[in-house]
Amino acid sequence: MKDFITGNLEEIEFLDRDVFVKRLSGELSLGAGVLSYFSVKYKEGIKLFVFLLKKSGEIEFFSCKADSKMPSLTPFYPQLHLFEREISEKTGIIFEGHPLPNPVRYENGLTASSGSYFKVQGNEIHEVAVGPVHAGVIEPGHFRFQCLGENVFHLQIELGYQHRGIENAVISVDKKRMLPMIETAAGDTSIGHAWTYAKITEALCEVQISKRASFLRGAALELERLANHIGDLGALSGDVAYLPTANFCGRIRGEILNITALLCGNRFGRNFIIPGGVEYDVDDKLIKEIMSRLDSAYEDAVSAISLLWERKTVLDRFEKTGIVSLEKALKLRLVGPAGRASGIDCDLRKIFKSEPYEDFESEPLTLNGDVFSRAYIRWMEIKKSYKLIKNWLSRLPQGEITLEIGPFKKNSFALALTEGWRGEICHVCFTDDKGEISFYKIKDPSFHNWQGLAMALRNAQISDFPLCNKSFNLSYCGHDL
Amino acid sequence: MIKEILARIKQGYRTLPFPFEKIKLSERYKGYPKLDFSNLKESEIEELLSVCPNSCIYKDAGKINLDLGNCTFCAICEKKLPQAVKFSKDWSMAFSSREDLILSQDTKKKSYVLREEIRKLFGRSLRLRQVSAGGCNACEADCNVLGTPAFDMGRFGIQFVASPRHADGILITGPVSENMYTALIKTYRAVPDPKIAIAVGACAIGGGIYRNLPKVKGISEEINIDLYIPGCPPNPITILDALLRFIGRIK
Repeated sequence: MKDFITGNLEEIEFLDRDVFVKRLSGELSLGAGVLSYFSVKYKEGIKLFVFLLKKSGEIEFFSCKADSKMPSLTPFYPQLHLFEREISEKTGIIFEGHPLPNPVRYENGLTASSGSYFKVQGNEIHEVAVGPVHAGVIEPGHFRFQCLGENVFHLQIELGYQHRGIENAVISVDKKRMLPMIETAAGDTSIGHAWTYAKITEALCEVQISKRASFLRGAALELERLANHIGDLGALSGDVAYLPTANFCGRIRGEILNITALLCGNRFGRNFIIPGGVEYDVDDKLIKEIMSRLDSAYEDAVSAISLLWERKTVLDRFEKTGIVSLEKALKLRLVGPAGRASGIDCDLRKIFKSEPYEDFESEPLTLNGDVFSRAYIRWMEIKKSYKLIKNWLSRLPQGEITLEIGPFKKNSFALALTEGWRGEICHVCFTDDKGEISFYKIKDPSFHNWQGLAMALRNAQISDFPLCNKSFNLSYCGHDL
Repeated sequence: MIKEILARIKQGYRTLPFPFEKIKLSERYKGYPKLDFSNLKESEIEELLSVCPNSCIYKDAGKINLDLGNCTFCAICEKKLPQAVKFSKDWSMAFSSREDLILSQDTKKKSYVLREEIRKLFGRSLRLRQVSAGGCNACEADCNVLGTPAFDMGRFGIQFVASPRHADGILITGPVSENMYTALIKTYRAVPDPKIAIAVGACAIGGGIYRNLPKVKGISEEINIDLYIPGCPPNPITILDALLRFIGRIK
């Protein structure tokens, strides 16, 4: 199956508002997940579009003309909560019955600290507000805890500080700026976002990239996953004051980034994936160097990370901390490692097996959604990524690395999906009657997962917040765009 | 405990030797550019001026300039016109003023001019509060990595601290989104005098890829930038080298 779809805009079924709502809730009740749900402004009014991933792996999509008031489905299907808030912020449509209709990005001169907050009442209840500037070298966001003593009843996360207006900008600025902007939608996921964008452009002009290019893209994406997962395990280790792994992994992560820099000169893989293929080729000498450096970094990672699973001091802090049950995870539709740690089998590489992941297999693990699970799943994925890279680079087919990208199909749409290191990346693009991009929607996996962090903190100790936060390690700018 | 010791022996001593001059980055690394526009035909000049995704190459008073402050080192210009722009392997880039980042073909590479009062105040101890204001987490990550054993900036007395109240200055990343504009100023004001400010990465220096967008405001004029470190993101060794030049540990 392909992890992208494309077609004429007219192929998107246009429904009556009530039929739309009914169909959407029907699909969601059957276990479909929302890939993207957004509004587009037309002269004749606002239209809503929804793209769903059905349990069978099929992608379903339909649209409707929006009214100024729509019934909110969030109370029944919490996975919609941010999508509805986003549509509401962009268009002014009111979703009646939404439990917390705050803006998502506070675009209109407000900041998150002026948003509305759930408040727990009681004599000994206290509220802790943190951010936007918080203790680490980290992006800004606002967190508000309702606590009784050390115990957290509720955590509300309000972001928007990082909002740069990328989605509007990519269609208004010079086309040359589009790729670098999308690469920095979440700068630690440059490869993931660039690949998704490239799939969109290739779908819109029906180009099939060479096997060589797709193997190289795969290697870069798995390097990105390796670097971030290793870094996260180090950071988790640091948060429970187990310093050997924290220090070792901090260095090994850098080494993986340096391997990415061997490919393209940039540690974050900027300008490696371009529409039509990849910008840089590799020769035998470079492959040999990448392989040998990867082997030694991997060996170091094995020795550093194995320590974690044997140390009681680590396990005692990881286990049963910040549990997100399978039931909650399914309702919120957590994606990526966070979803898999709660027991959802949600790897797009496995669902679509699109090139170069044709042989990708992963066994579902029995994990219970605690910090340990989110750490351990990363370890499993590190091992897998290493094998994938080795496999691709050792049998790299010959071929053109870049193909010409022609003009885009007119009045068309395209949706592309990529399993980035945080999970499901989804971009949607519309073209107009001249074949120019008229609409672009980016969804970073963090958009699904932030609420998972809030759930992990329910009835947890406030002192466990840094550890829980690190176990998700979500993107602020990917959410805020 | 024995396993930790064995792991430590296996990992080895990994801290980069100081000074860093001999460090070689990857073959494809792009550092300080060398410019030569003298043999360009009229059509090539036109191409050069339009090739940069970020419009960093422009004509001013008849002269062609490259704004290193907004440059992302993507090297698309080098690919199109290798005779005009050549990115070297020189990773040492630290600048004391915004003007120093505007390069023309006659510009000699400016080295950082040490200010004696900075050396006196912070030469042996510099505590920084990092503020990400619309940053994409790449500059942030490459600042964070300075605390790991490979770079170990702690050995030079430089450290990131949790509160502006404990800091000697702020290190800014990101193009400064509208929603972080006030928070950034407030953080700066919370740092006790005498204080410094450092801009890391193309976004912080000139807006980078995000310049001139309606939701991006740039650093307030109230904040006086003492050190500019270009890149997208700058390599960690570039950041560390610049910080050490700034406090007078490298001359």
